[in-house]
Amino acid sequence: AAARGCGGIWRRAWQRGAGGPTPRGQRAVACNATGGAVPAGKSGLAPWVPVVGLEIHAQISSNSKLFSGSQVQFAAPPNSLVSFFDASLPGTLPVLNRRCVEAAVMTALALNCSINKKSLFDRKHYFYADLPAGYQITQQRVPIAVNGSLSYSLCTNNKMSQMVTKTVRIKQIQLEQDSGKSLHDDTRTQTLVDLNRAGVGLMEVVMEPDMCCGEEAAAAVRELQLILQTLGSSQAVMAEGQLRVDANVSVHHPGEPYGVRTEVKNINSVRFLAKAVDYEIQRQIEELENGGTILNETRAFDSKLGCTIPMRDKEGKQDYRFMPEPNLPPLIVYDAKSLPANMNHQQVVNIDWIHERLPDLPSVKREKLVEQYGILPEHSFTLLNEEGLTEFYENVVKQTKMKPKKVIGWILNDLLSYLKQHSLTVKESPVSSFLLADLLNLLEKKEISSTAAKQVLAELWKGEGKTPLEIVREKKLELIQDQKELEQICQAVIDGQENEVIMRVLG
Amino acid sequence: QKVTVEVLDHLEHLALVDFRDSEGVERLQKAIQFADQLQEVNTDGVEPMDTVLEDRCLYLREDDVTEGNCTKELLKNAREKVEEYFVAPPGNIPLPKLEERDTFLQGS
Repeated sequence: AAARGCGGIWRRAWQRGAGGPTPRGQRAVACNATGGAVPAGKSGLAPWVPVVGLEIHAQISSNSKLFSGSQVQFAAPPNSLVSFFDASLPGTLPVLNRRCVEAAVMTALALNCSINKKSLFDRKHYFYADLPAGYQITQQRVPIAVNGSLSYSLCTNNKMSQMVTKTVRIKQIQLEQDSGKSLHDDTRTQTLVDLNRAGVGLMEVVMEPDMCCGEEAAAAVRELQLILQTLGSSQAVMAEGQLRVDANVSVHHPGEPYGVRTEVKNINSVRFLAKAVDYEIQRQIEELENGGTILNETRAFDSKLGCTIPMRDKEGKQDYRFMPEPNLPPLIVYDAKSLPANMNHQQVVNIDWIHERLPDLPSVKREKLVEQYGILPEHSFTLLNEEGLTEFYENVVKQTKMKPKKVIGWILNDLLSYLKQHSLTVKESPVSSFLLADLLNLLEKKEISSTAAKQVLAELWKGEGKTPLEIVREKKLELIQDQKELEQICQAVIDGQENEVIMRVLG
Repeated sequence: QKVTVEVLDHLEHLALVDFRDSEGVERLQKAIQFADQLQEVNTDGVEPMDTVLEDRCLYLREDDVTEGNCTKELLKNAREKVEEYFVAPPGNIPLPKLEERDTFLQGS
């Protein structure tokens, strides 16, 4: 049996209330994060094991396309970034972009893959208006990389205080062309086709079905996203279609063979990925427990309704008639050992050269933060999860004498929660790292109390341009350091509460 | 060994070819027979060859923008267009089932 993510078991536990066909089930048992099978419960219903695999397409971050010199750019006038080759006009040939090969090698190394020094290109045939050639150039037989792994973290409770590391196996990474975009004009029953995206380089990352629920799938994709962004091989912004995820979902009883799987497409965010996967698992469980069967079909996720629906155009099994791409010889990549002398550098992709220049991956960055600043792993997880937050934190630490271990609290509890409340990114923060550091210095020097500091911060959010010191003076929040003054205040309090004081003294 | 009607129907769906008449189907049969001669060669222990280009170097291009910006020219080929988009039917129009379409294969 394949190595599995967590042996999570689901049980049907919903009430059949008044309602439509959509399952209203609640997960009776959260995925068992510590692994191992969960025994059947008191209800006597046999437990279900969901199986989730992912196919991820990441748009390569490059100036030009995979096989042509057209520009790669989001949102340009329709059909303005299209060459004769992209439009599949006769007499044109594919010419491979070196940058795309480097991006694939970088990504493969970061995901611990074996690189195939010789990989091949194939044609995958199907008819669709946004695929002008009638086939896609891909790598079906021998892709550029195989057998890797991706480690990601999950919190086992909602408070983020217990993190568990999971691993999903990477089956392969292949280079392939993107298709154009179809805009469906239902009013005039026609489709408008824009080929700007046709031919853009993609890395398809195929993950083995080692996951068991939406949360795991989402966490794995999030980590992949961070890795790709760190490497720069893809900007991986899901909203702009630079990262597309298809989920393969099935359920079965423990010890029995895998169930029929469905493919879920049209997932536009990491959050929707978790929802789509969980919905599909529930749908399949309900269908099977009602004596129905699961069709091997493709379904689309409807984010408004929160459910999956069968897709029209994908009926029946497709025969892609794979054949070798006759216009492209094998792709050879080298390492220091295999590199022949006197080769033109421009024609060489050197795995070792790329390996040496890989930046620190997110997991390494997190460890370094924990070591350098004495913060907790879950802190570093949050720092990396928000764009620009790590930089902000480190800037504050540089500019204040307060211990980094204390600073992190202000960053995660005060700054981040404010930003989230107001849907702001770190870059949009009205409070700069300079201002926050300034404030924390006042606190550190004991010129104000921590309660006062929070009040000052609340003022700073207004972004009125005042410095922390100005706000402190304005609101008279300075801590009184003068001994005599303190005594006077205490005396005044005692005088004012004479009766209480006498009662206290008498015991 | 004759090619069955099911296979011919499958091919018509996949490749949108039309075998038109018995001569067309016969030509296909002959082409398959001709290619089948390859099976007579003993290839045990021989690596399959995809292309005579297999020892050629795959040329790698620099990542520069050198093409595109020819919308007008490309759209000259379009029978129909809407604001610089190509126009296509709403989805793939499936070939009707064998019983429902006008094909030579019907009679076979």
